[in-house]
Order: sequence, then C-alpha cells, then structure tokens
Amino acid sequence: MSLSRQHQLHTRRYSRNLGLGLVLAGFVALIFGLTVAKVTSEDFAVPTEVGGQY
Amino acid sequence: MSDASLNTIETVNAEAQFGDYFALLKPRVMVLVVFTALVGMLAAPVSLHPVVGFAAILFIAVGGGASGALNMWWEADIDRIMKRTRKRPIPSGKVERGEALALGMALAGFSVIMLWLATNWLAAALLAFTIFFYAVIYTIWLKRWTPQNIVIGGAAGAFPPMIGWAAATGTVSVESVLMFALIFMWTPPHFWALALFMKGDYHEAGVPMLTVTHGRRSTRRHILVYTCLLAPLAIGAAFTAIGGPIYLVVALIYNAIFLKGAYAIWRRDEATAEADGYKTEKQVFKHSLYYLFAHFGAILAGVLLAPYGLGAF
Repeated sequence: MSLSRQHQLHTRRYSRNLGLGLVLAGFVALIFGLTVAKVTSEDFAVPTEVGGQY
Repeated sequence: MSDASLNTIETVNAEAQFGDYFALLKPRVMVLVVFTALVGMLAAPVSLHPVVGFAAILFIAVGGGASGALNMWWEADIDRIMKRTRKRPIPSGKVERGEALALGMALAGFSVIMLWLATNWLAAALLAFTIFFYAVIYTIWLKRWTPQNIVIGGAAGAFPPMIGWAAATGTVSVESVLMFALIFMWTPPHFWALALFMKGDYHEAGVPMLTVTHGRRSTRRHILVYTCLLAPLAIGAAFTAIGGPIYLVVALIYNAIFLKGAYAIWRRDEATAEADGYKTEKQVFKHSLYYLFAHFGAILAGVLLAPYGLGAF
C-alpha cells in the first residue's frame, strides 16, 4: 500500500522534514549570497583565456 | 488496545526529532565557538564582506558541531553512566550511534570544504585540524588515557578565534596565537572546577580526570597554579594589538576575581566543600564562563571603539 498524505510517518517526521527543508533553503540562500558577494568584490576577475581554454 | 498499537506508540515516542539531531552538535559549546571565532575575525586587520564573514562563522560553527557529534558517537558508553550527560540524544535512546557518526563525518567534510570555498585554504585546514584534534586526539585517545586530557585537549576549543582570524587574513599571527593561548590556559581550571563538584561522575565512568588519578587536593592545587599562569598572559595581552584600555580594565577585574576564587578553592578541604554543597567550586566554574566571554567581549569592544581612542595602546 502506498503512503497516503496523512500517513502517520509524515506526522512523526514532521519536525525533521521541516527542519531539513529550512536548512536546505537557508543553504541555497547562503550560496546565492556568497556568489553575489564574490562576483561583486573588487578582487573578482573573470578567468582569462590561456592556450585556447578557460 | 492491541499489541500493535502499543508498539506504534513506542515507535512514535522513540522517533528522533530535528532538535535531537541538533543537540548532537552541542549547541551550548557552539555559542562559545561562534563568539570567539567572531571576535577573532573582527579583530583581524582585514575586513571580510559581511556575507562571507557570516558564512565563515556558520561553517566554523558547523565544524564545531560536527566534532561534537563525533564526540557523542564515541562517548555514548560513558555518557550513559554520567549524570551530566545521561540525557544526551544517544544515551536517551533518541538517536543511534551510527547516525551520530554519519552526521558528524558528513558535517565535518561539508564545513571544511565550504569554509575553503568561502574564505581560504588556511582557515579550512585549521578547521579540519580542530575537528581531528577534538574527535581523535582528545576524544578517542587522550580522554580515557591521561589526566592531562583537559590540558592538551583544551587546544581544540582554543582554535576558533585563530580560524576566524585566518578566515579574514589568510595568515596566523601573534594576535591570533594570543587568543588561542588565552582559551588554552583557561580550559584546565574551568574544567577542573567542574570535576570537583561533579564528584563521582568521572570516577564511575572510568575517565582519568585529575580528581580521579591525583586526588582532589592535587586538583585544587592545579587550579590555583593554572589560574596564576593564566593571569599574566590574560593581562599582558592588554598591551598587544588585540588589547587596549577596555581590555585592560576587564582583564584586571576578572583575573582578580578568578585568582581569588582559585585561592579559595585551594584553601578549602573536602569536608568544608561537602558541607556547603561545593558552593565555592560552583561559583568559580560559573565565573570562569563569564571570564572568557568578558575577555573576548573586551577585545571586540576595543576593536569597535578604536575610532574613539579605545583601541590598542
């Protein structure tokens, strides 16, 4: 039998799933923020072409 | 009620929640790690982008948490015995040992790689070494082998400000070594004060704490000696690049109180301590927590108030 949306497994693991979901969402936001911070910093330079390859 | 429903109830009660996994990371220790790493980072002469700084502190905290989970994985047997640790997620049956090991290993690798990507290789290498030192050198090797476990193992807790400094500057310098030394020298009297009033815990668990191997009289003497060694180091740091007038005042006050407490511990015998429920030992332990926060708070205050002439001398 497949799990229904109301299966008690969902209830039991609600806090784990919610917590993990929030952690992952936070991680995505952090990586996005880090990327913006890195590429907008004065030290950032686009890799130059060397020997026909980046 | 059928047997099946009874089993279901037991399973429900045993299900680990998000908070149980979070507890594996020793959140209270993490507060100290975050605070000292933050001070190390802000005291550095190079400033980081706020997002990079936030990420670095977060990954240092996660690395510290990973070593906490590995510590709980290895020490599950003695955590079951000691009153202080009995309610931790593994001895209380909420989380399995294997889960703690997996979480610890995964977060250790994750935090080191992410810190490297966010800042530099030196900070990441220091974080990796800290996790290794705490989980392997201290937890697996030293803790059950020598009464010097706290002295040498204290280095693990002393690394965070050095990592914070390295994250900002990419180097290790005198200032970051001083912050390391401050925590390193503070750790033994702090834990020995705890060992004095947690009486039978370490003995029952077979952990060779100084109280168990050398006796309580010797532990009282050690607390005084280490506090005497700590004071000149802590006060002397006032005259370096991380010090200044605020730090000097804080260091003088807090070291005087710590020395007075250590002297009182040394003067007491077991009968007196038993009679008042280890009042002095508990006070000194509590004060030692404020002591460290006050010193690092003063370093931070000196950095923030440097434009008003309250920075380094």
